[in-house]
Amino acid sequence: MEIKKAASAGTLESSDAQITVEPNKKGINLSIESTVINQYGKQIEKVVLETLERLDVKNATVSVIDKGALDCTLKARVECAVYRSNDIHDNLPWDGAIK
Amino acid sequence: MKLPDKKRLRRSMMFLNCQKPGLIKDPYIYGLDCIMLDLEDAVAENQKDAARYSLYHALKEIDYHGVERVVRINGLDTPHWKEDVRVCVAGGADVIRIAKTETAEDVKTIEKAVLEAEKEFKKPKGSTLLMSALESCKGVLNAYEICLASDRMIGIALSGGDYTKDLQTTLTGTGVELMGARQHIVMAARAAKVQCWDTVFTNLDDMEGFEKETRMIKMMGFDGKSLINPRQIAIVHKVFTPTEKEIAFAEAVVQEIDDKKKKGIGVFTVNGKMIDIAFYDGAKRTLKMAKAAGVYKGGLV
Amino acid sequence: MKNAVGRDIPEKILKETKKEVFKGTYVKDNYEYKKGAPKIRTLSDPTRSKLVKDIHEALVKCGIKDGMTISFHHHFREGDYVVNMVMEEIHKMGIKDITISASSLGKANDPIVPYIEDGTITCIHSSGVRGKIGEAISNGKLKKLAIMRSHGGRVRAVETGEVHIDIAFIGAPTCDDYGNMRAVGGKSDCGVLSYAMVDAEYADKVVAITDCLVPFPNIPASISMVNVDYVCVVDEIGNPQKIATGAAKPTTDVRKLMMADYCTKFVINTPYFKEGFSYQTGVGGASIASTISLGKVMEERGIHMGLGLGGITTPMCDLLERGLCEKIVDTQDFDLGAIESIKNNPKHIEISASEYANPFNKGAYVNKLDFVILASLEVDVNFNCNVVVGSDGVITGAQGGHPDTAAGAKCTIIIAPLLQGRIPVICSNVTTVTTPGETVDVVITDYGVAINPKRKDLIEAMKGVDLPFKTIEELRDIAYKMAGAPDPVEFEDRVVGIIEARDGSIIDVVRKIKSRT
Repeated sequence: MEIKKAASAGTLESSDAQITVEPNKKGINLSIESTVINQYGKQIEKVVLETLERLDVKNATVSVIDKGALDCTLKARVECAVYRSNDIHDNLPWDGAIK
Repeated sequence: MKLPDKKRLRRSMMFLNCQKPGLIKDPYIYGLDCIMLDLEDAVAENQKDAARYSLYHALKEIDYHGVERVVRINGLDTPHWKEDVRVCVAGGADVIRIAKTETAEDVKTIEKAVLEAEKEFKKPKGSTLLMSALESCKGVLNAYEICLASDRMIGIALSGGDYTKDLQTTLTGTGVELMGARQHIVMAARAAKVQCWDTVFTNLDDMEGFEKETRMIKMMGFDGKSLINPRQIAIVHKVFTPTEKEIAFAEAVVQEIDDKKKKGIGVFTVNGKMIDIAFYDGAKRTLKMAKAAGVYKGGLV
Repeated sequence: MKNAVGRDIPEKILKETKKEVFKGTYVKDNYEYKKGAPKIRTLSDPTRSKLVKDIHEALVKCGIKDGMTISFHHHFREGDYVVNMVMEEIHKMGIKDITISASSLGKANDPIVPYIEDGTITCIHSSGVRGKIGEAISNGKLKKLAIMRSHGGRVRAVETGEVHIDIAFIGAPTCDDYGNMRAVGGKSDCGVLSYAMVDAEYADKVVAITDCLVPFPNIPASISMVNVDYVCVVDEIGNPQKIATGAAKPTTDVRKLMMADYCTKFVINTPYFKEGFSYQTGVGGASIASTISLGKVMEERGIHMGLGLGGITTPMCDLLERGLCEKIVDTQDFDLGAIESIKNNPKHIEISASEYANPFNKGAYVNKLDFVILASLEVDVNFNCNVVVGSDGVITGAQGGHPDTAAGAKCTIIIAPLLQGRIPVICSNVTTVTTPGETVDVVITDYGVAINPKRKDLIEAMKGVDLPFKTIEELRDIAYKMAGAPDPVEFEDRVVGIIEARDGSIIDVVRKIKSRT
């Protein structure tokens, strides 16, 4: 999927993450800020990249501001930001690209 | 069509905002019967999409330890309900709570969407149950037909806030404005052989008032109550815990009827008094409730 | 060299500190030693005054010089001005290489961080540190090793002479011109001066700092004039609002209330819950809630607490007022209710930190505890606790009486949520061991209760008790399943601090955190 415009999802509340996607010419440009960066930085990166891959996002600037979100929340926030950047809100591929 | 347990114990149904990751990660630790993941009123209009992604992953990835997962979807008068139904079915929600149900037709509309989604996501037909929230006078008056609108229906719940507005009054704290609806809903549910739940109690500073109201709605015949805070759970469960005397009687009833039936006898007596077969279901329900509350360890349920 | 909790203590550190590795909580029982003693300069001329006009004069008269050890207490908690005032003056005088020996340091003492960076302060001994001082130490800014000691451990270090205090500055809510100090009256009541008592007895020079000079004699005194060299009056010793806060509102957080209920249920099903039992609890929301819910059961069953010990809060004083507790023995007051109680209730008694928790005297109060209810930043599957170093590797807490009470109590209960945000509190390996698992008996979380398998008696006593019992490994597994197993925090090799066990041996070290990119 193409990132058509800047979009974000999530909040800065505890246990949540705010994820912003923006168009990028080539490749994934990922920045992560997290309250648990020492213990979970790698895990956050892995989950975000895997989620982008499932959504077939190849080019994007992605910023994550994480407040201790669990993996399921990170995935949900990435998906929401990506679909928002495409203005898609219905007939989502549950159990497909979203899983 | 094989349905999940429509009659399971549902004393406590607690609302949780799908948009709050901290809330939905582990509510089962409070030992409640059902969680009600909310896509409707708790979620702001511009976050309806975000709530669905959170809901999907919560349903798929969080182990709720057997607590029933009800999802309240947006009303039929909104653009959201169709996608809500799809995500509920895909995620594997146990029950969909239809907000603002007014007619049997509303239930059938949702039922149809659920069936389509079950096909789309390759779920067994009938794996998603339904319940309705009655939030208007029309809905309350149509309660009986609504209960019978689908085999998937487990019951109806009163939503007091919207209902009293429609009634052109307010929630007064006395309960007088809800008397008719409560009575009607219990009767409709019982006539249709489904369950029913009372409306939320929103004043968290008045735990005494909450307990009093819970006692009242239990006496009226409700199966449980919609809740807004985990502090309310223990109180509901306490109120819905049968007394020692009730448990002993229920045990005697079940034993007597089981024994006599085996022997082909059709006359039953407990403590020297004649009882009839109509006592049986109630006694079973009492024991089930006692078991859930941890005060009955026997094997009759 | 590996110690008894499996931590590898570098030889270099053992050599540098001339300390041993931790070999077990009770190995120094029956140990004999000769106490250290201060140098005294007498006062027999009745015309000589102890009053000095300011801190500067006090420092000059005490002979302040490079390399000295200066001590402070932390009874003013987050309202303390004394440490900052004295260190500012020392800094102005150009004195270097000071060791601070404090009973604890908090965020209120953030202003001393520049003095760490410029070499005014090169060593810190404390129960713990929070805020910017913790960050400075964890980032390697302190020249020498920081030493973290429990409240009992600090008294031991001073009384054995391992730590020699050159000058003790003792902030006092009231004081007379001859140095009799009391913790009540004045602008900033703090209830008791327990932690400063050992400083008064063992420091070469003792300076009382007060903002409320009262007529002689200020008695009964917490700290007697016979140990005090100088009295210095300042405008403010602290911020009264932060020294004595109102009682914390009982928590309405259901998670905490649930853990408190589990705790009470556990306590009342142990054989120690009987007439005259002794009890201590921390100040966390769940601990306080458990005191309140235990009170209800005590009332119902007519069981009285013989001794309530430790840091005191209002709910404990309520038990005293209601006749459910016979005596409160107090080393620190956490709120106004506790301060009012010690002022007014003769059954509420001030003791010294030595009486409270020193492992090297002839028997401290902690040894008589039946129950202690504590919190912890981390607990590992060996029941080791960490109350000093955050899961991110930065020093952010204090030992306090944690290891002392755990060692003394018959039943040590830790109440902690399974996860703090995403961070598993119950983990495979604590970042730093501060309280050895052999002294921890029960861990109560929102997901279940684990009993130390060593405590077969407690496991037996809980048979048939309706609590969600799990093994500590099961709790860890639940946490890791939800949050994922955390990566270990990356440290550099350099050791910036040591965690002392109560007996002075090294239970763990704290290393410099790796600079983040």
